[in-house]
Amino acid sequence: MTDQNAPLILVVDDYQDAREMYAEYLQFSGFRVAEAKNGNEAVDQAFALKPDLILMDLSLPGMDGWEATRRLKADEATRHIPIVALTGHALAGASEGARKAGCDSFVTKPCLPDDLVVEVRRMLSATKHI
Amino acid sequence: MTQLSVRSVPRAPAATATPSSRLELLEYYLAHHDDLALCAQASLEWLARHAGVKRSICLIVDAESSLLAGLAGTGVRTEDVELFSWPLSDPRDPLVAALSHTGPTALRGGRTNGEDRGASSTLFGGGSSTAIPLRPGRASDETAIGLLLVKAAIVLTPDVAWLVTVLSQKIDQIRGRGSLAEEARRLRRERALFFTIINSVTDPILLTDTEGRLIVANARAEKLFAASEEESEGRRRAVELNNMLFSAALSRTAVETPSEARELLLVDPSDGSDLLFEVLSSTVEDPREGTGIVSVLRNITDLRRATEQIEENYQKLRVAEAAARAERDRLNLIIDSVADPIIVTDQGGATVLMNAPAEELFTVSMTADDTAQRTVQANDAHFSSFISGLLLGEGGPGEIRRGEIGLMNPQTSEPIPVEAIAGKVLTETGELTAVVTILHDRREALERARLYEQLKSASDELQMRVQSATAELATQNELLRRQAIELEQASRLKSQFLANMSHEFRTPLNAILGYTHMLLQGVGGELPANVRRQLQRIDSNGRHLLTIINEILDITRIEAGKMPMQITEFDLNEIVQEVMTELDPVITRSRLAVMPRLAAASSPVVQSDRQKVKQIVVNLLSNALKFTHQGGVEIAVEYVPEERAASISVTDTGIGIAPEHHDKIFEDFRQVDDSPSRQYGGTGLGLAICRRLASALGGRIVLRSNLGEGSTFTLTIPADAPQ
Repeated sequence: MTDQNAPLILVVDDYQDAREMYAEYLQFSGFRVAEAKNGNEAVDQAFALKPDLILMDLSLPGMDGWEATRRLKADEATRHIPIVALTGHALAGASEGARKAGCDSFVTKPCLPDDLVVEVRRMLSATKHI
Repeated sequence: MTQLSVRSVPRAPAATATPSSRLELLEYYLAHHDDLALCAQASLEWLARHAGVKRSICLIVDAESSLLAGLAGTGVRTEDVELFSWPLSDPRDPLVAALSHTGPTALRGGRTNGEDRGASSTLFGGGSSTAIPLRPGRASDETAIGLLLVKAAIVLTPDVAWLVTVLSQKIDQIRGRGSLAEEARRLRRERALFFTIINSVTDPILLTDTEGRLIVANARAEKLFAASEEESEGRRRAVELNNMLFSAALSRTAVETPSEARELLLVDPSDGSDLLFEVLSSTVEDPREGTGIVSVLRNITDLRRATEQIEENYQKLRVAEAAARAERDRLNLIIDSVADPIIVTDQGGATVLMNAPAEELFTVSMTADDTAQRTVQANDAHFSSFISGLLLGEGGPGEIRRGEIGLMNPQTSEPIPVEAIAGKVLTETGELTAVVTILHDRREALERARLYEQLKSASDELQMRVQSATAELATQNELLRRQAIELEQASRLKSQFLANMSHEFRTPLNAILGYTHMLLQGVGGELPANVRRQLQRIDSNGRHLLTIINEILDITRIEAGKMPMQITEFDLNEIVQEVMTELDPVITRSRLAVMPRLAAASSPVVQSDRQKVKQIVVNLLSNALKFTHQGGVEIAVEYVPEERAASISVTDTGIGIAPEHHDKIFEDFRQVDDSPSRQYGGTGLGLAICRRLASALGGRIVLRSNLGEGSTFTLTIPADAPQ
């Protein structure tokens, strides 16, 4: 069973298969996981759960990932939470846009669950060091 | 001649002279004891007053010259008396005869007897008169010393007789004493007359001795040759100089022919100007005075000046004439040098002058054949009719007439259409003196016009063609432009579509690869070996599909110009090592030896897009491994700091590429063997992408290879990539 003290990761993705895949693998890797399928949910969950890290897909229905990131980074309560952007858009300017919105890291899909876990661990340890 | 009896003459009423009046006359005689003329005059006036004789003349015998001369007169003209002179040579002459008579002699006036030569009629204006001889002594046979002529007949009254007696005695007395003085007076008169005469001559006249000394000079000559002490210095000097000049001239005259005229330049003493004289000298011999020279000087200063003027004018005329001749020669040369025929005709239409080209048309040699003769005649006729048209005023009143004449060349019978331009030459008063005609050969102009027409039609045609071609081209351009816009639009749509599609591809592929990975990681527990092998097949095919999708996306991004460049500073040696690490599983699987040859001398640090350089090297090494079955692969890094250029070359010992395929392999979706049954996998996009990336980095990829001899792909990039 998952340790209650394990870091809580909020996985935000509108594509259920991908969201559940990452969530399952993160739990498998020992993290606590919460899920959100759009921007509004992501913001609500973030305020409610105060996760240790948010995996944020940028292309979302309704409020998109960029907007959600901007709101979270704009709020005192959630500003400290590292946000790793996930995107299938490899087109020019995608990563730049994500950084501008406030994302702390950027991962291009497809991303193997193993690679994602490596990135999550790196970000968490970096945050702790700070 | 008639001897008149005095008594027969009727007594005329006359006043009787008183003794006191007689005494008065005698006293006058005493007062003027030596003047014959005055005494005679007083006597005649006494007669007029006391004896009633109003008109009378006293004549006196001049024995020396044998003349009867007038001495005094009353009631007559003085000059008749003074100029009266009557020869005594003819004793039959009534006047001369009267001198011998003892008593008065009646003289008839007019010309009744032919013997009267009119002496008394000269004195009294015609009519008869009486001559009374004057005798100082009583002897009547003595010749009288003079005559008293009175008008008409006279009564010899005692008063008249008394007067005749006393006058005769007085004349005799004076002549006896004073003939010398009388002579001197006469000489003075003559001398005065002489001077009056020579002074009235405007030319200077001089009498000099042979030495040139002045003896007599007239007033003109004195002005030139005589000066008194009172006169100015300049005038005296001029006179002195004139004398010297004149003497010199005279001495020459003495040697040379005397009578010949010669010129003498003197000075005008009054104003110092030059005066030129012509001197005519002649020698006079006088037994008493010796040899003298009479010189007459004629002022020819003005004459000389006029002569010089004439000479000068003549010279000018000569010069002007020469200039006119030269001008005419020059004009002839000019006219002859004009290529067009020029003809000058007079007002009657006759040819005055023509230049050489005109002569070719209008003259013909005598030996020329008939055709030439006829041609010249025809030319002449044409020309004459043209000129007469101008002379008759056809074609308006203008001074210029233009017309076309069809002439022929007499030598070749070739037709020569000419344009004739004729101009009238008018005098200042507007009279026609000549007509100048210039003939201009129009053949050249006609030929030019014909060529011009041809050229123009050709040009027009060409212009039309060009216009239609241009219009067509414009249409084509417009079509092309629209096509280009459409193509651009299509290309953009394609890129957008591909970008979207790749996203759509990735999402499910992400899930496929993710779950496969999770299963292989044992999320679902331990797997049987065959299931594991099957999952690995899913995994490798999924990865391949991802590569294809990524490569398509790259091409799309490059073509859409949306490939961002991220220039950083990095070391090419590191890139090679990273690539070898990344491809380690592939290298291991190929069982080939990969030899890195890094640039050791200097660190090959460049400013470029690290990710893209790495992508190229990965691609090149992957290809080398894929197409090499034995041997090895070498990766060499070179850096030339001087050229700021670096290169990474990948050399394999693989199958090699025939030179004809070298270009093909860089094309999109191409492999050397792109048949469906091809041996090697891959999208065929790898090298196409590499070449595009290299180009974006400012570099290039060069291939050296032959079939079966392996290949070397060399990436060369500048150390500073273009931004």
